[in-house]
Amino acid sequence: MSLIEIQNLSVTFDAKGRAVHAVRDVSLSVPARESFGLVGESGSGKSTILRAICGLAPISAGSIRIAGEAVRDPRGKAFARRVQMVFQDPYASLHPRHTIDRTLSEPLAIHGIGKADARVVQALDDVSLDRSFRFRYPHQLSGGQRQRVAIARALMLEPEILLLDEPTSALDASVQAETLNLLARLRDERGLTFLMVSHDLAVIDHMCDRLLVMQHGQAVEELTRDDLAAARMQTDYARALFDASADRMLEG
Amino acid sequence: MSLLEVENLRVTFDTEAGAVEAVRGVSFSLGRERLGIVGESGSGKTMTGRSVLRLIRPPGRIAADRMTFDGQDLLRASERQMRALRGKRIAMVMQDPKYSLNPVMKVGAQLTEGLRRRDRLGANEARRRAITALEAVQIRDPERVMHAYPHELSGGMGQRVMIAMMLIPGPDLLIADEPTSALDVTVQAEVLSILDALVKDRGMGLIFISHDLRLVGRFCDRILVMYAGRVVEELEAANLMQAEHPYTRGLLNCLPRIGGTRGALPSLDRNADWAV
Repeated sequence: MSLIEIQNLSVTFDAKGRAVHAVRDVSLSVPARESFGLVGESGSGKSTILRAICGLAPISAGSIRIAGEAVRDPRGKAFARRVQMVFQDPYASLHPRHTIDRTLSEPLAIHGIGKADARVVQALDDVSLDRSFRFRYPHQLSGGQRQRVAIARALMLEPEILLLDEPTSALDASVQAETLNLLARLRDERGLTFLMVSHDLAVIDHMCDRLLVMQHGQAVEELTRDDLAAARMQTDYARALFDASADRMLEG
Repeated sequence: MSLLEVENLRVTFDTEAGAVEAVRGVSFSLGRERLGIVGESGSGKTMTGRSVLRLIRPPGRIAADRMTFDGQDLLRASERQMRALRGKRIAMVMQDPKYSLNPVMKVGAQLTEGLRRRDRLGANEARRRAITALEAVQIRDPERVMHAYPHELSGGMGQRVMIAMMLIPGPDLLIADEPTSALDVTVQAEVLSILDALVKDRGMGLIFISHDLRLVGRFCDRILVMYAGRVVEELEAANLMQAEHPYTRGLLNCLPRIGGTRGALPSLDRNADWAV
């Protein structure tokens, strides 16, 4: 049994009476401790899948199961302890008027977890942020530092699953490398399962064991990492994406 | 003769905490070719591009030993002379069409505004030229796009509209500041090939500003690598893989690659000496 099971998921938004099918009939499953990538262009529905898992997008058909259990509405505290999300834009995802300390201790307070002081310090250490950042505000931090805070916050409740929505696309190349290294280290240390969204095929390839290429809300093709490296894709769209990725551009 | 000559360009911002130098002594010359300027946030690449058009607002100050465009001294040109250059001879494409197009004006009106006011063309002639420009950037249904508002266009379409707008006056130099960063990879490839064809067909000079070293390596003829307001390395794009400066090498190596080893990515150890 897989840790994340998504079957025939559809997400439909109602835009002024017109139905917008953001995700259409997508299925995927991710076993524990595996990392799975979703790749596609803007509007392909990849982020919407993550949002649907968290209850941030309406599920119009299909099912989402975490460790065999169907998710409930609202998701509830047990879900939050199991699944956490890191968003794309570290400038928008941290409360601008909360100190880092408050941001990190809030999940502990909600869940009634003690020793907040020690846990916050430990969390900063875990993401290699200096303890002096603890009482600063987000605007005093760089983009990469903020993304570390967002990762630290997601890990406060010691979840098994991290949903990563373009976690490095707002960062400079060298900061992206540091952040990806941090995520890979935390994954190894804690046995995390990642479901990661990116438009950058090279990032997905670096982080994930398998990936699903999406277009217009539909699944196009599922590939293993070896398939990708050997360019064994079946569909034209997956190949177009592969050919256009910046990594290929240098060799072509 | 080169189109643009820049010698020892400096951009300084006077702040309460003292002067901050965003660009510190950048020199380059540009012919009718594609020059890439690469660097990370805060390296001064955008400020270098804007300086050429003297688009730095106070408290920013521009100083240079020499900055000439087609024989004309950009440092001594009057504001009136600069206006005559901007758009007409030197055009600039910005990063995000969402923020660079007027959201409450139809695309057609934005495209024809310059033709009507600057070139004093009639409505029909301006319209005809705008449609030709949209066709040049491979917009399939220019009539529809002329009547659309920017929010009704996708990012790729919006960026093509921006490029079309900049190309209408037939500039000699195009400064493109991260023109494809907000676009999807497949759309990015299309926009680049449009730019490439325009540079070749019209014999324009192009300054292509980007954070993406590999993209610039593929697309440009020559590359300037900037770090902390300085050019740390200048090289032919074809020799990118033989780059010598540790910063350039670091930027190349820290990117993940398809089919690469999945070990930790090499981090970029910034050396304080590079900034000196």
